[in-house]
Amino acid sequence: MEDATRPAGTRSRRNRGKRPVWMEKPHPLTQATKAIVLAISVLLVIIPFWSIVATSFADQQTINASAGGMVMWPTGFTLDAYSAVLGGGVVTRAVIISVSITVIGTILSLATTAGLAYWLSRPGAIGAKPVLMLLLGAVLFAPGIIPSYLVVKQLNLLDTFASLILPVLINAFNVIVMRAFFQELPQELFESAAIDGASNATILVKIVLPLSKAVLAVIGLFYAVAYWNAFFNAMLYIQTTDKWPMALVLRTYVVNQTTIGGDQVSAGEALPPQLSLQMATLVIAIVPILILYPFLQRHFAKGVMIGAVKG
Amino acid sequence: MSTRTTANSVEEPTPKPGRLRRSRPGSSSPSSDGHATASPRRRRLTGDKLLLVALGVPGAVALLMFHYLPLLGNVIAFQDYQPYLGISESDWVGFSNFSFLVDGNPEFLNALKNTLILTVIQVVLVFPIPLVLALVLNSLAGEGLKRTMQSILYLPHFLSWVIVVAIFQQMLGNAGMLNTFLVQHDLPIVHIIGVPELFKGLITSQAIWKDAGWGTIIFLAALSRIDQEQYEAAAVDGASSWQRLVHITLPALKGLFILLLILRLGSSLSVGFEQIILQQGPVGLEASEVLDTWVYNNGILGGNWGMSAAVGLVKSVIGVLLVIGANKLAHVFGERGVYEK
Repeated sequence: MEDATRPAGTRSRRNRGKRPVWMEKPHPLTQATKAIVLAISVLLVIIPFWSIVATSFADQQTINASAGGMVMWPTGFTLDAYSAVLGGGVVTRAVIISVSITVIGTILSLATTAGLAYWLSRPGAIGAKPVLMLLLGAVLFAPGIIPSYLVVKQLNLLDTFASLILPVLINAFNVIVMRAFFQELPQELFESAAIDGASNATILVKIVLPLSKAVLAVIGLFYAVAYWNAFFNAMLYIQTTDKWPMALVLRTYVVNQTTIGGDQVSAGEALPPQLSLQMATLVIAIVPILILYPFLQRHFAKGVMIGAVKG
Repeated sequence: MSTRTTANSVEEPTPKPGRLRRSRPGSSSPSSDGHATASPRRRRLTGDKLLLVALGVPGAVALLMFHYLPLLGNVIAFQDYQPYLGISESDWVGFSNFSFLVDGNPEFLNALKNTLILTVIQVVLVFPIPLVLALVLNSLAGEGLKRTMQSILYLPHFLSWVIVVAIFQQMLGNAGMLNTFLVQHDLPIVHIIGVPELFKGLITSQAIWKDAGWGTIIFLAALSRIDQEQYEAAAVDGASSWQRLVHITLPALKGLFILLLILRLGSSLSVGFEQIILQQGPVGLEASEVLDTWVYNNGILGGNWGMSAAVGLVKSVIGVLLVIGANKLAHVFGERGVYEK
């Protein structure tokens, strides 16, 4: 599992980035091609981010100077767009909704996933086999759009925040990954604890969870990213504008370019330029991912590999 | 003690493990002979096992409710479903909702055509890119440089489609960065977003931008498992770096590549629902409608519930068959597939 987090780790650990003695010096043309491929790929990712951030800080003059379009080199710097969208109104409300759903949803998902995974990981647990089959079935096929909608409708969850959490509470793949992790913990620990009279719940709280911080972190982060990014369920189930999470606000005001009016944000007498408002909203939607990203990165390769190997 | 109290509150029918535990020291009382001490012991074990089930039940219920209960909802594919009547009151119409399969429904054929074209383009174009990127990344000597590159290239995977689509609009739209640049240099602007002919290319390039970097992870992991001594031995025997790539690296990745390809083919009928629904407006349905968006537009927005459910049902069944078939194929190629034989 170590290999996954540091690809080609064995070689680099031995040589600390130096070329092995047997390897010839690469042809300059090969080197140049590689450099170009990487430079282009990296720039294709970085430039859009840079430009979006630069435009979100731009004032009207700067935007006018770039023909009313995206800004590459900010000349004027202002936080007006941010204070406008975060000072109250649609974006502020959507941020609060999305953050709450992400936090509550992640906690509930993690708790139910860990409980289910623990049940299915213990040898001889009652009813574990059929549930495991259900789980594998759920990985293989997704329920259709219309039947899912009907279930949410029948349960009277339409237009509630619960409709953004309950249908995606359990990700079958995540349960399988976590179960695989639990099964790889040293089983002797459980046995000796059981002999000492520990109940299954005690074993879970005192032994399993403390040893599973890594997998809990990975799966928790995957759930959190999924909740924060969720768009489809919100589009399907949420009807009232007041209940819009970030994804729907982004679709309306950034993708569909609906004009952000003065009464939808908290602006003084002068509304910041539309483009800055839109880009500030976009940045606000990206920032939580960027904050989680270093944590994600440390763990995701491991999570992906557990899934790939054991799934 | 705290765990035991939660146990009682969660699982009512269990024989209260907490009280049983307390009763055990009282084995000197007249009523408790050998049989009585054995019995609570067994009951405590059962209670503990039920408690284990209770821990898992909320998750299992959610799975049943939102993954398996919808399967029952598929019965409306055989109904003239009316939302105000509900499933129980709506008329049964047999297979008439499935007529799209035989009567050459133009909307269905268009959606099917677009879906399959997008699948083919994505398999041909999107698929090999992570492999190439992974090979280049893997050949980098500097560990720090490689890490930095990976961090940057993985990032778009974690952005939602709404954000990716918004970013593409700001870059390539009529008032986007590219056209701003062209205007400033007195060049004619290019229309990319909202042009039906370019729509499939746009969808594909977004898919590449979002997931090509992420796709390298699995290849990099496979590359790290290749025994370095093989390279060393080949180099000592005079194999050039190109020969080492062709004769060692690529054969080592072949299995994984075939597996991923087969899995992708298994989901041929699903192409970027969120991504496409977000961008359908300006380009029109003829260029952009795929099966999933048709089900949504026709059913949930258009009120044509029965027929859309029928399309969704056919699509799920074919999807499951494709996944099973893909796995069979993987087994034929000697690979593991998503599940074992």
